[in-house]
Amino acid sequence: MAEQKAEKSRPGQAATLKKVLNYIRRYWLLVGLSLILAAVTVVLTLYVPILTGDAVDLILEKGKVDFPGVFAIMKKIAVAVAFTAAAQWVMNTCNNHITYHVVKDIREAAFHRLEELPLKYLDTKAYGDIVSRVIADVDTFADGLLMGFTQLFTGALTIVGTLIFMLITNVPIALVVVCITPVSFLVARFIATRTYSMFRQQSVTRGEQTALIEEMVGNQKIVKTFSREEAVKEQFAEINGRLEKCSLKAIFFSSLTNPCTRFVNSLVYAGVGIFGALLAIRGGIRIGRLSCFLSYANQYTKPFNEISGVVTELQNALACAGRIFELIDEEPQTPEADNAVVLKDAKGNVKLENVYFSYVQERKLIENFNLEVKPGQRVAIVGPTGCGKTTVINLLMRFYDVNSGSIRVDGTDIREMTRGSLRTSYGMVLQETWLRSGTIRDNIRMGKPEATEEEVLQAARAAHAHSFIKRLPNGYDTVITEDGGSLSQGQKQLLCIARVMLCLPPMLILDEATSSIDTRTELRIQNAFATMMEGRTSFIVAHRLSTIQEADIILVMKDGNIIEQGSHESLLAKGGFYANLYNSQFAG
Amino acid sequence: MGRLMKYLKDYKKESVLAPLFKLLEAFFELLVPLVMANIIDRGIKGQDVGYIWKMGLCLLALAAVGLLSSVTAQFFAARAAVGFSTKLRQALFDHIQELNFTNIDRAGTTTMITRMTSDINQVQSGVNMVLRLFLRSPIIVFGAMIMAFTIDVKSALIFVVAIPLLAVVVFGIMMWTMPLYKKVQANLDRVLGITRENLTGVRVIRAFHKEEEEEERFRGYTQALAHSQTFVGKISAVMNPVTYVIVNGAAVALIYTGALQVDSGRLTQGEVIAVINYMSQILVELVKLANLIVTITKALACADRVAGVFEIRNEELPDCGGAGSGTGHFAKEGSVPFLEFDHVGLTYAGAGAETLHDMNFTVNRGETVGVIGGTGSGKTSLVNLIPSFYPVTQGAVRLEGADLRELSGEQLRSRIGVVPQKAVLFKGTIRSNLQWGKPDATEEEMWKAIDIAQAREVVEGRSGGLDADITQNGKNLSGGQRQRLTIARALVRCPEILILDDSASALDYATDAKLRGALKKLEGGITTFIVSQRASTIRHADKIIVLDDGQMAGIGTHDELLRDCDVYREIYYSQYPDERLKAAKAAGKGGVRNG
Repeated sequence: MAEQKAEKSRPGQAATLKKVLNYIRRYWLLVGLSLILAAVTVVLTLYVPILTGDAVDLILEKGKVDFPGVFAIMKKIAVAVAFTAAAQWVMNTCNNHITYHVVKDIREAAFHRLEELPLKYLDTKAYGDIVSRVIADVDTFADGLLMGFTQLFTGALTIVGTLIFMLITNVPIALVVVCITPVSFLVARFIATRTYSMFRQQSVTRGEQTALIEEMVGNQKIVKTFSREEAVKEQFAEINGRLEKCSLKAIFFSSLTNPCTRFVNSLVYAGVGIFGALLAIRGGIRIGRLSCFLSYANQYTKPFNEISGVVTELQNALACAGRIFELIDEEPQTPEADNAVVLKDAKGNVKLENVYFSYVQERKLIENFNLEVKPGQRVAIVGPTGCGKTTVINLLMRFYDVNSGSIRVDGTDIREMTRGSLRTSYGMVLQETWLRSGTIRDNIRMGKPEATEEEVLQAARAAHAHSFIKRLPNGYDTVITEDGGSLSQGQKQLLCIARVMLCLPPMLILDEATSSIDTRTELRIQNAFATMMEGRTSFIVAHRLSTIQEADIILVMKDGNIIEQGSHESLLAKGGFYANLYNSQFAG
Repeated sequence: MGRLMKYLKDYKKESVLAPLFKLLEAFFELLVPLVMANIIDRGIKGQDVGYIWKMGLCLLALAAVGLLSSVTAQFFAARAAVGFSTKLRQALFDHIQELNFTNIDRAGTTTMITRMTSDINQVQSGVNMVLRLFLRSPIIVFGAMIMAFTIDVKSALIFVVAIPLLAVVVFGIMMWTMPLYKKVQANLDRVLGITRENLTGVRVIRAFHKEEEEEERFRGYTQALAHSQTFVGKISAVMNPVTYVIVNGAAVALIYTGALQVDSGRLTQGEVIAVINYMSQILVELVKLANLIVTITKALACADRVAGVFEIRNEELPDCGGAGSGTGHFAKEGSVPFLEFDHVGLTYAGAGAETLHDMNFTVNRGETVGVIGGTGSGKTSLVNLIPSFYPVTQGAVRLEGADLRELSGEQLRSRIGVVPQKAVLFKGTIRSNLQWGKPDATEEEMWKAIDIAQAREVVEGRSGGLDADITQNGKNLSGGQRQRLTIARALVRCPEILILDDSASALDYATDAKLRGALKKLEGGITTFIVSQRASTIRHADKIIVLDDGQMAGIGTHDELLRDCDVYREIYYSQYPDERLKAAKAAGKGGVRNG
């Protein structure tokens, strides 16, 4: 799939490059400095062999050595080398700085976009894919960028510089070099195109293997439960065998590049040697200059090889950058108007009028939904698994916008409010508990960072979380890893409840808030909830019908639609879906 | 890395031949400056055109032979590296398959997956690089020195000084940066962590309006990452300039000694050029080496992580059941209880306190046993002891009189069907998933299991029926559908014992009830354990075990427990508040209402 995307983004490569340059532009001073230093480095590196050659020319034979001349040149070499080294180091440091900061900027832009993307987008994307864009793709891009910076420019400069130096020194030998070197480029190209399909084969097989590993190692306990270890090992061995074959091919053939270009290199060297020697006999060139040529012959082909590597690397980097920009350029949620209302101390009057909503256009979901909730009323949402109870929450919290109709809180359309103020007016406990990595205290304080220690303890006690927290190794300072780590599902849920108990917003949304808590604790929490819900408009999604009988309004949902609406008694009397559902709880 | 070397053992020949041919190539390459020196000294100075051509052809021949040996070396290196990683990957996978539950918990699945994939790939390219290139550099460096000795001892002594200096610089920087690279990796992990966290927790973060704060946190992490990267980059950037200075300093010294030697007639001009050439060959190699070092450093770090998985060994743990030699003997039917928990205690490895304490009960063939209790009371731990997923640390569990520890995995697990809490299916078809339960199951057996599991409508609703595709983890099915199929998977082998670990939680009440009804009707009597938090699911069980914080708070039928067990009463009434009132009224009349 990644390859498909790469294909697709090919015409957009220029556009991607432009975007990358936009990010680099901020560091133009460093870029300029780096380029100047690169030029200095190249010129000096090319100058040293000339000096060495000149020195050699002064060392002719026994008794014919010009010592003062040699000393003068040695000094020059020393100075040149010192400057080169300094320039090289500063240049490398500049390049590092530019690369890592561009990468940082891009990551931050991507993350910023992530915080603004509508849930419509995030819910449909695999998280792994987004994470790999922000992490792996940016990393590959960084590698390519750094390599491009350090090698592409210096490489090109070296080639041009060498050519100029050689042409100045001796045109015929220079022509020999110019004629032979492109061969190395061609050879590298030839091998790269031939191995492309082998690498593709390798990555396809590798993907297949990774999928198997994820599936089996990810569910290792189930594999063991069914004693399938041997069968799974065989399955793995089969893919592993295929991977070995295509990996071997890909790696071997691609590793031919180096010896082949080195061979071409040797050809150049031999060519310069023979031609130069023949010329030298006729006095066409001094021996020192010839030795300088020989060392150029070595240097000259190297950037050629490198550039061919850099080009593939850069293409790869651009493809990755394309994937990141795809994320960054994704359309964010509709921005808030400047005059958006800030909802403060909401009374809790919620009114849904003619609401139509569906996730995908073709599949109708909620149609013409009307509901008025007076301040302080309790609304229960019930229905079988997967009936779309969460959809209602998505709309209330404005995680999704309605297709038509309106939702008003205290008379104001929620689309005319700031999202932040609307959302913080709701206290939300979801079935899927989510905790951030950090201490228990930080997690409870999430909605109210300025809360005092006493308030935190009080909230934890109210949520019946205090006793288990105290038993943890470091109490409230226990650091929990991403997504709760070693805590049980029930304990995590208690912490999520404590989190809401602490900030006590004017409206509540409880989505199966107690589904993982044992019924005894639940009963106690219900009492706490009851106090909390006092005077607060609340929406409750629950599986356990017993916990929602006391609601003022019950919404019965099925297949995404609201099919019944009313109080417990009136719905029972109606003898419809709700009555059925309720009775099945007691059917042995 | 050292511990992983044994997987290279089968590629001994390749691992020796690859560097050997590299050596050969380097040798031919090292002859080049000598030939060139001859061209200069004898060809040019002697005005011998024929000699120049002869030596020129000699250079070409050297290049050709060099190419040949280099290609051979690449071939053996690739074979060794790929073979090595293939073996390593298989060994690691096999090793993970053998881990018991305790160790699976300890290792953590996500890191095992990354170690199996990206870490091994890094190690593979590391091995390949070492065989191909890493060995080449020392060969060239020392070879150049030896060649210098054959030309002139005094000049060669400069090599003797320069090479250790270079080694100190190269390895010093490597040693210095290695831990720094690890730090960079750790910083990157944090950036990855917060990115993932913000995706999984997007609703909560937005509900609390924490977007800006999260961005602030993210900026802090990327800042730290950029900082550590630039820092390590600065140090690595020292390598090239410093080696450049050393090599060129040596070259200057060579010119000087060369001048002296030539002046006194002990060296020729061509030979001086040859010696300087050797020095510049070293420089070229060092530049290549510097680029490699990052790869090698990374590979070493990854090899450490891979070796870490191999270090997790089952033997550290007390004897676990199902791993026994199969020496256990089953007693005759009827003479002993079918399944017996004899004062069983369980302490997880590394845990401070017992998770289960003094479990003592028996179960007869065909009985239905309900297990109920609060969050973290040990329900799953209890049923996990039956297939011996974890070793009992106190007392013993006996099946037909035989201690589980003396039974082989085959003897034990083939008789048990487990439906785990997490409903997971595997990529393939419905049929291939059911075959997990019984590899040679017939169509009839499959449909029977599907019917009991109330999954007929699931299977028939999908095009292809039994051969309908299931994507990875069964993502193309809903939670309830998956759960029903996992129940069918457990039933297809017609187990004697069926364990439903809170398996009906994703089913609605009606389906749940139908499932239990169908299980009851099964002929032959299947001993069923049902773990649940819903009283309605287990109230009709023959025996209900009530767990409270790892202790048995009670055992008996629904009515008995309602009468005698406080914990059970509390659980039950919390779910049926109406019943509490009725019971209170009925109690006045001297009887308990039978639910």
